Amino acid sequence: MNKINKIIKREYITRVRKRSFIIMTILGPILFAAFMIVPIWLSQLEDSGVKTIAVVEIDSNGNALSTDHFIFKDVIPSNENLNLVYLNNIDTSDIEMLIENTDYYGILVINQKIQYLSQSNVKLYTRKQPSIGIEAHIVKALEDYIYDRNLLSINLSPEKINALKVSVTLQTNKYDKGEFKEQTLVNIKRGIGYASGFLIYFFIFFFGAQVMRGVIEEKTNRIVEVIITSVKPFQLMMGKITGIALVALTQFVIWVVLTLSIYQYALTQFFDRTIPTPTEQSITQNIEEQEIAEIESVQMNAASDQLSEVFSRINVDDMLLIIGSFLFYFMGGYLLYAAMFAAVGSAVDSETDTQQFILPVTIPLIISIMVMINAITNPEGQLVYWFSMIPFTSPVVMMARIPFKPPIEELLLSMSLLIITFIIMTWLAAKIYRVGILMYGKKTSYRELIKWITYRD
Amino acid sequence: MPFFEALEIDKLYGQFKALDKVSIHVPQGSIYGLLGPNGAGKTTLIRIINKITAPDSGELRFRGEKFTREDVQYIGYLPEERGLYKKMKVGEQALYLAQLKGLGKREAMSKLKYWFNRFEMTDWWNKKVEQLSKGMAQKVQFIVTVLHDPKLLIFDEPFSGFDPVNANMLKKEVLELRDKGITIIFSTHDMASVEELCDHITLINKSKTILEGRVDDIREKFKSNSFELIFDGDQEDLKKTINNNAEVLITTGFGSKENVALIKLNSPIKGNDLLKQAMKSVNIHSFRELLPTMNEIFIKAVSQN
Repeated sequence: MNKINKIIKREYITRVRKRSFIIMTILGPILFAAFMIVPIWLSQLEDSGVKTIAVVEIDSNGNALSTDHFIFKDVIPSNENLNLVYLNNIDTSDIEMLIENTDYYGILVINQKIQYLSQSNVKLYTRKQPSIGIEAHIVKALEDYIYDRNLLSINLSPEKINALKVSVTLQTNKYDKGEFKEQTLVNIKRGIGYASGFLIYFFIFFFGAQVMRGVIEEKTNRIVEVIITSVKPFQLMMGKITGIALVALTQFVIWVVLTLSIYQYALTQFFDRTIPTPTEQSITQNIEEQEIAEIESVQMNAASDQLSEVFSRINVDDMLLIIGSFLFYFMGGYLLYAAMFAAVGSAVDSETDTQQFILPVTIPLIISIMVMINAITNPEGQLVYWFSMIPFTSPVVMMARIPFKPPIEELLLSMSLLIITFIIMTWLAAKIYRVGILMYGKKTSYRELIKWITYRD
Repeated sequence: MPFFEALEIDKLYGQFKALDKVSIHVPQGSIYGLLGPNGAGKTTLIRIINKITAPDSGELRFRGEKFTREDVQYIGYLPEERGLYKKMKVGEQALYLAQLKGLGKREAMSKLKYWFNRFEMTDWWNKKVEQLSKGMAQKVQFIVTVLHDPKLLIFDEPFSGFDPVNANMLKKEVLELRDKGITIIFSTHDMASVEELCDHITLINKSKTILEGRVDDIREKFKSNSFELIFDGDQEDLKKTINNNAEVLITTGFGSKENVALIKLNSPIKGNDLLKQAMKSVNIHSFRELLPTMNEIFIKAVSQN
């Protein structure tokens, strides 16, 4: 045990001291924080200062109109970002001059035809690409106004019109343990599932490959011959796998802590704190409205408030379940794959020879990320269920299900299968490893690998 | 009682028989040569001794008792294919390998200091292995092999990769270790070093032992009744005297009266008889029996097998 500790320590120390590790560890959080901060910064940039849009109306023949003849005056509401002004007698030919010589954000030209012909254009002339938010704001205001006007024109009273307007909010309730539970924060849950599944995928790939490279290094160096007189091959293999697991955990913890600190610091330092909180997700009947809602929610998320507030909306039990499962699948998935990577490394003479053996290892990983993306939209489908049970894909796929609280017995089954497979796989890998590390110069075939498994110690 | 024994070791790799009832008996304090062509099974036997792999049948005995996994700590093994972590510093690495052998940190440090001083390499401590020459790296490996005071040392082709100066130094170290009472198993192709160092050998060919015993006994056994005679006088006279009973090859030194005759006698005739006959015809300067070199024995034994 003392010897395996020495091996773990060496594997850990030499890797953590490497320049590439230090650079990755520092660069990672800066990048992640940038991913979170830049959209906020951009949206703030865009929102800073009120944009003024000048509104011009023309008649159905295209002639300029004075503001007294405007039909759509004050139809589009101004808000904190958008101010609307109305210009008298502007001909369409004047627009270029106006854009050139004024600092209007844009000129909105409304052809009065649109009150009868819904397909005719409203044109917005701007110097810069306008945001989706502005476009949606204008379109919605005009549509609502024309819709109401049309209803008025068939002699419906405004009261009746208001009564006609419906808004459906879809509140999903999931049956769980004899009671219905209200489903909330669906998008945030999706995000958490996706992020943790992807992180596990990345760490398995990245650090699994490190295990393989470490094994190949020892084999081509021939130092393995020296070491296995002091320790058993199994100890060497497990020492390496464990050491690198600790490196992965170290990197992960530093990443999380640093990312959150940089993010928090940047928020308090550069932005005022009065950023709106994300709205509850509600699915409305009106599809256009939903699109706008989604657009808004994207912007909201980008401009999202402190992460802690998001997390505070998820209750503590759920949080513990997510963190616990993440750590379990993170380690379980890594250990399972690391054993396979170690076996592959032991069977080859150099990294260029790994291809024929690495494919069966990477294919399940790639499948798992594809199924996981599917799981984001449909966390309880058949496909997702099966792949969250199969141990080679469950670490990634199950994480997409965890925020939606899969039945506990399914979770336990998936976890047990992962543990059992990990033990069998490590046993098989060790059998291949102990023979492979001492074989040089021969191209290994699958048949040979199977033969190695049957060799006596 | 031999210090270390391998008895009737069998080892199969699939269909291939790597070792077939191979036995060795290594006396205490000897340098024991393990000889054989490539692929004969030497490395397999060494790996079995180191418990890297297990035999299918047969037994290992150490100081008269069954050789156990714990006993491996008394072995120091310098493998033929040997290496170090290239990116690791020399001192750090030596310390790591010593600790894997079970040495405590302080003990390992003081022993390393002794050996680094002895080989005049204290200023390499903080160098990375990739900065060392091959010979330098070999020295580090040698130190790591002997550091934990093993009772049995196993060197597999120790001189490959050494320049003559370092090879000589290594030979000196090996002999010194032997004089301290350490038993050494020495696997090699280099027959000259076998003659120089080994007192016992085993020759393995095609997975079987074909020769085992004391070097002197084996050379005696393989001698072909050949003699070297240095003389002055009439070559033809000498030939006439002995020719019926022997093959004679005579060479003459330039500007010298001395001639060298290599004589291979046919069996019943003894060296003394030859000498008596020769004395009658020429002046004898020296006369000695020619023993076969280990190289000749190796080739002969292997090709006969």
